[in-house]
Amino acid sequence: MAAPVSTVGKPSAERLPLNTTSFQKKTRTKLISIPGTRPSVQNGQLLVSTGVTSLDYLLGGGLAVGTVLLVEEDRYDSYSRMILKYFLAEGVVCRHELFVASAQDNPDDILQELPAPILDDVAIHKPVEQPRLSCEPQDSLDAMKIAWRYQNLPKVQSALASSSRFGHYYDVSKTMEPEIRQAAKCHRFYLTEHPTQSPPTHSTMLESYSALLKSLQEVINSEGFDVAAPMSKSRNILRIGLPSLGSALWGDDLSCHDNPRNGHALATFFYGLRAMLRSSLAVAVVTVPSHLIQDRALMGNITRLCDNAIALESFKGSERETNPLYKDYHGLLHVRQVPHLNCLASKLPDHKDLAFKLKRKQFTIENYGTALSFWQPTCWAISTNVVFI
Amino acid sequence: MFTELNSILNTTPDSFTQGEFILLSDRQSDASFLIHHFLSLYLRARCKVCFLGLVQSFNHYSAIGQRLGVSLTQAKEKGQLVFLEGLKESLSVLIPQDTETGTRAMDFLRDPAVGLKSLYEFVRSGATSSGVGGREADGGEEWGPPVLLVDDLSVLLSLGVSAGAALDFSHYCRATVCSQLQGNVVMLARSDGRREEEEDGDDEGSERLLRGLTHQCSLTLQVQGLPTGFCRDIHGQKCAGGGDKAMNSTNRRNSFSTKSTTKEPPSLLPGHRALFSSFTFPAFPFGLLSLLHVTTDHHVSISPDNTSWVLSCQK
Repeated sequence: MAAPVSTVGKPSAERLPLNTTSFQKKTRTKLISIPGTRPSVQNGQLLVSTGVTSLDYLLGGGLAVGTVLLVEEDRYDSYSRMILKYFLAEGVVCRHELFVASAQDNPDDILQELPAPILDDVAIHKPVEQPRLSCEPQDSLDAMKIAWRYQNLPKVQSALASSSRFGHYYDVSKTMEPEIRQAAKCHRFYLTEHPTQSPPTHSTMLESYSALLKSLQEVINSEGFDVAAPMSKSRNILRIGLPSLGSALWGDDLSCHDNPRNGHALATFFYGLRAMLRSSLAVAVVTVPSHLIQDRALMGNITRLCDNAIALESFKGSERETNPLYKDYHGLLHVRQVPHLNCLASKLPDHKDLAFKLKRKQFTIENYGTALSFWQPTCWAISTNVVFI
Repeated sequence: MFTELNSILNTTPDSFTQGEFILLSDRQSDASFLIHHFLSLYLRARCKVCFLGLVQSFNHYSAIGQRLGVSLTQAKEKGQLVFLEGLKESLSVLIPQDTETGTRAMDFLRDPAVGLKSLYEFVRSGATSSGVGGREADGGEEWGPPVLLVDDLSVLLSLGVSAGAALDFSHYCRATVCSQLQGNVVMLARSDGRREEEEDGDDEGSERLLRGLTHQCSLTLQVQGLPTGFCRDIHGQKCAGGGDKAMNSTNRRNSFSTKSTTKEPPSLLPGHRALFSSFTFPAFPFGLLSLLHVTTDHHVSISPDNTSWVLSCQK
């Protein structure tokens, strides 16, 4: 007779009287298990997916919790905005909480444009569905004839599958369904709606950056993302998306003048952001219009203050668009920095010539041109998909 | 602690020169592994260490320290290590709280024009205090000469402190720790390595800081990238240069991809001696090399048949 459903998955405590050894399985202590994360194979850091699997690979498996990813925008802010949307969409699918702060677009507008996940196994979390699931196995029409042992198991395992899978794929031609999006909790910071306070006399930061930091800290403390908070309730990750930080709309003249008055405001903000993230279960993706910032040394300082940094350079509108060498790609991707957390040094990606391509269902980053540069033009018709392993 | 580096510099935990100011610098690479080396070296040498960790959290240093064989938490409890966690302290300054907690060391964030006096006060109290509670009779152990480690000084420039103020700070630290207390100072200063013609006043901060520190220090360790470009197996392939025969310094990225899981000390690979006339720096566990450029206040010139350093005292 098949074992009844109720004992499936029951802990082995019931079997102890029969168990004569005192051998106890060593449990993994203090391994926080949060949906949508996994430990790194390199150094045990907790990683989250950026939403782009090839970017995850570049960064060493994923984005480490407590770090910042700096994306230097391409000229039209199209691909960097896409990466930000992937990041936020991944947060929705993994049921993380989101924090979006913007000076230009309303955060609600950004959230409405998230790409739709490719939904083979992502469950739509409607509580109404639950009672239906539990009564289905008893439906005699669905009685299994061959695999009858599995009949009494719950039918849909999708809730588990989506949370244990790392990295999803998205279809950029569609936007995410409102039901899925609204299931995720989202905090917003829209600079124009934020009440202007008196300029802070206590730091070099601009008022806008101070307000943003303060708002971030309030969210982290109130929602329990602080690492030091008691572990009573289940932990979650906060995903922070900051598009176009440092642009003129934040009140920063870094991108307008050669010798900005508040040259260190943005760097101080990044320092504060780094400090805050190191002590909380949060991840940030920040895009900065670096092509507007004339001071390369300042950009270098900011890059060093962030843990991960990539720069995008799109071919749109440049002469490279018609260059047959780059015809399969939309732009170049430069990795400026990878983090070394809790270890002596970091592992830079093996290949330095990286190009990206935005397809409908995938954002791929590949190594181009190792062999191409030696090829004659007529040979370019041959498929050049160098698989980036 | 890397034993090969110790042998190159002729230091051991038992015997090292006191009163030294060591400058660690890098150009478009990362010399922070040297800070971990010196931290573990001086902790093993039973010195009183004051560490200003301005860019990383305590757990980062502690995790690496454990791999190198020292326990930072224990050292802190025993009073051997005084640690300033810059990131944590800065939050209370950047986001004003109602209660003033923590040290005042990061107060320069409020107004960088004021300078680093409060940071210096922290260093002075950290280096001169002896044992827990300031008394040695109550079981506080006696530690060796004080050592100040700063990781890293150039982040202060990005936070708005002027190069002059940073140089003043390093001078005061040297005067107190090296001259008065006969201890050592190790500072890390990073730069982007811009070429000379790009110096149009923007980068005058970090280059000026580096030049000033080089003048103040007694030993410089520079980490540079490969002149021929990025190579998977060999990083920082460098170039030997002597003080006056400095070879091309390139602006390539340097990275040491050590496997953090291994605790093996790096092994010495004798290769590349013919190419670059210098000692090879310890290879990291899976075959990476890097060479260091060591300058002392003696002029170091390289003989043409490039087999060894030739120290010619020109002072």
